[in-house]
Amino acid sequence: MADKPTIDDLTGVETTGHDWDGIRELNSPLPVWWLWILYATIIWSIGYWVAYPAWPLVSDYTKGVLGYSSRTEVINDMAEAKQRQAAQLQKLETVSLEEIRTDSDLLSFALAGGRSAYNVNCSQCHGSGAQGFAGYPNLNDDEWLWGGTLEQINFTITHGIRNNIDEDSRVSDMPAFLTDEVLTKEQISEVAGYVLSLSGKTEGATDGGKEIFEENCVACHGDDGVGNDELGAPALNNNIWLYGGDKDTVTDIISRSRGGVMPAWGKILPETTVKALTVYIHSLGGGT
Amino acid sequence: MTQDQGNTTNTEASLGGASVEVVDVNAVNTKGIRALYKKRTKIHPRRSSGFFRSLKWWIMRLTLGIYYITPWLRWDRGPGAPDQAVLIDFPGQRFYFFFIEIWPQEVYYIAGLLILAGVALFLVTSLFGRAWCGYACPQTVWTDMFLVVERLVEGDRAQRIRLDKAPMSLSKATKRVTKIALWLGISVATGGAWVFYFADAPTLAIQLVTFDAPQIAYLTIAILTFMTFFFGGIMREQVCIYMCPWPRIQAAMMDEESLTVTYHGSRGEPRAPHRKGDTWEDRGDCVDCKHCVVVCPTGIDIRNGQQLECITCALCIDACDSIMQKVGRPRGLIDYDSVANEIRKSEGLTSSIKWFRARTVLYTLMALTVCAVMLTALLSRSDMDISVLHDRNPLFTALSNGDIRNGYTIKILNKTRSPRTMLLTLEGFDKADLKVVGAASDDPDQPAYLTVKPDQQQTYRILVSVEANELTSDSTSIRFVLEDINSNSKVHQRSIYRGP
Repeated sequence: MADKPTIDDLTGVETTGHDWDGIRELNSPLPVWWLWILYATIIWSIGYWVAYPAWPLVSDYTKGVLGYSSRTEVINDMAEAKQRQAAQLQKLETVSLEEIRTDSDLLSFALAGGRSAYNVNCSQCHGSGAQGFAGYPNLNDDEWLWGGTLEQINFTITHGIRNNIDEDSRVSDMPAFLTDEVLTKEQISEVAGYVLSLSGKTEGATDGGKEIFEENCVACHGDDGVGNDELGAPALNNNIWLYGGDKDTVTDIISRSRGGVMPAWGKILPETTVKALTVYIHSLGGGT
Repeated sequence: MTQDQGNTTNTEASLGGASVEVVDVNAVNTKGIRALYKKRTKIHPRRSSGFFRSLKWWIMRLTLGIYYITPWLRWDRGPGAPDQAVLIDFPGQRFYFFFIEIWPQEVYYIAGLLILAGVALFLVTSLFGRAWCGYACPQTVWTDMFLVVERLVEGDRAQRIRLDKAPMSLSKATKRVTKIALWLGISVATGGAWVFYFADAPTLAIQLVTFDAPQIAYLTIAILTFMTFFFGGIMREQVCIYMCPWPRIQAAMMDEESLTVTYHGSRGEPRAPHRKGDTWEDRGDCVDCKHCVVVCPTGIDIRNGQQLECITCALCIDACDSIMQKVGRPRGLIDYDSVANEIRKSEGLTSSIKWFRARTVLYTLMALTVCAVMLTALLSRSDMDISVLHDRNPLFTALSNGDIRNGYTIKILNKTRSPRTMLLTLEGFDKADLKVVGAASDDPDQPAYLTVKPDQQQTYRILVSVEANELTSDSTSIRFVLEDINSNSKVHQRSIYRGP
């Protein structure tokens, strides 16, 4: 392959002597200062090793004389961001929820903070779009188990539901009508049929079912199943179902009772975060 | 290697009709055997004068004038807005250009401008070769300026070569220091003018001298000072030959009909020295005086044909023309001409310049198209804008009464300097309830009035609910209309409405 360098006829430039199937490589020279740049970068890199963290060691790494670390930079950035937020955070702490909602600057601040707090703390159960799952309420719709005003949402988030860490926690217990031997299987089937008829699903509605409903259920769920957010009793006369709107599910819940649990976030998160969360949840669409 | 620009012996000989000095020189950048790494030989271009040199001076005055004066032009935009005609305001995220004010969202105008500049460069190159390199490139312009200083302090080519060789002395040191000081002055002025494009020029000028200017301003000036000094004073032709990609790209835009600086070999060869009274029969017009070589700032011999190093500065045309005049031959032995013409001439055919070629027509059409698109976009530009983002999670929400609700994030741009109130409406349904999150009233019949602060973008969350029987498929096409309640100007944006 390697041949003696020759002069290329066309360009008059020396070749490298390499020959591949008749194709020869011109030996166009680089300017020598280009080589100096290579040396300069090598020297620069040595300086960089000395000044900045560079080489991995067995259990550590070389720190560099400047003491730079990207972690410190992040910590400083975070501190700076906290500083910038300080004024609005303080405002968030003092003003009422309604004032936050109608002040557009404060609202967008609260929504941004509320959204990130939601993603970290709430999305695991309620879903990343707050669309909910069976047993975990959808926070976008307009049915609220414990009320959808700003104050009610704030109370629910602060104290939680059916938990044993906050004595003000929201509590309601639906009887397990079959397990507690209040109703028979047949009666439960009848009342389930009646419950479904309230929302227009007329299949299997009987007068007997209505009678059982009025005796056992109206106290909490209200006449015609309108629900009661004081007691966390869901409305039964619409198409929003926490666990599912088919007869098997309804029958099962009447028989054995179910209820979800939510932590008391007031004991976990700062008050301003709970406030921001409240405004964010309220903004999703429910609200009332 | 025969690069002996330093060994110049000037022989005065009586040539042709007048006395022409013959320079004994070999072009620095000549083909031949070169080493693996090439040592740089300093080029000392001699002063030249003539039509093209004057043209270049005028272009330099014009371009530098624009560069230095522009930031100081004022343009009244009303209270609260900067009054600088051309300002790139990074903290405020605006680009001001006289009556135009560009927001970051409209960066496509800049993209359009760059495309236009690119296509215009293609067109100029296909017509006149590397006219950009020779006349307008900052590298050429600043090198020219630095050469003027060098000539002023150290003298023309011959004196500079002598000075280079002379041992260090007080006078040499004085000359060198003076030159470097002047160069630094130009460099600081170069970088200094640049920063005025990014801040209010009069304020920044005062800040700069009282040392109150932002650190970044000093840093920018320092970097540009260094680059100007280094590229214009020291690197010079090395930038064009080794660092710049343009010499490599230009080949794709030029063809054999493109005008470029050409030595007419058919007329000039065979070249030979010519003495006064000698016949011009049986010989070429080139008297081999090498004036074209000594004036060349990139150190080539144009008589070797088109070369990558040639920036078409046209100074060799001036040099050759003055010699031709002296020896009583017609000018234009070296001239702007095409390769095709040179071949035609050697074959005895008449030469002509073909301006209209597929390439030039295409480039012109492209440039005009970009211009038209940009102009249309600019003229139809609204002082308000709306963008709509449909909620993707959840796509829709079923409400307790059976209605279907969709959520939207709406961004409204108010490009004017006064607060505005706008009415948001929805087209696509017989009846739809629009609710603005954060609105004081929850009444769904209340029209959706949105206020936007001056010169701001504001984000609103909108909830739209319709009865389920309005929806015929799982996705309905809708349109948001935003109307300024005072000026009645409207913008609209399409979106979708999802349902079960």
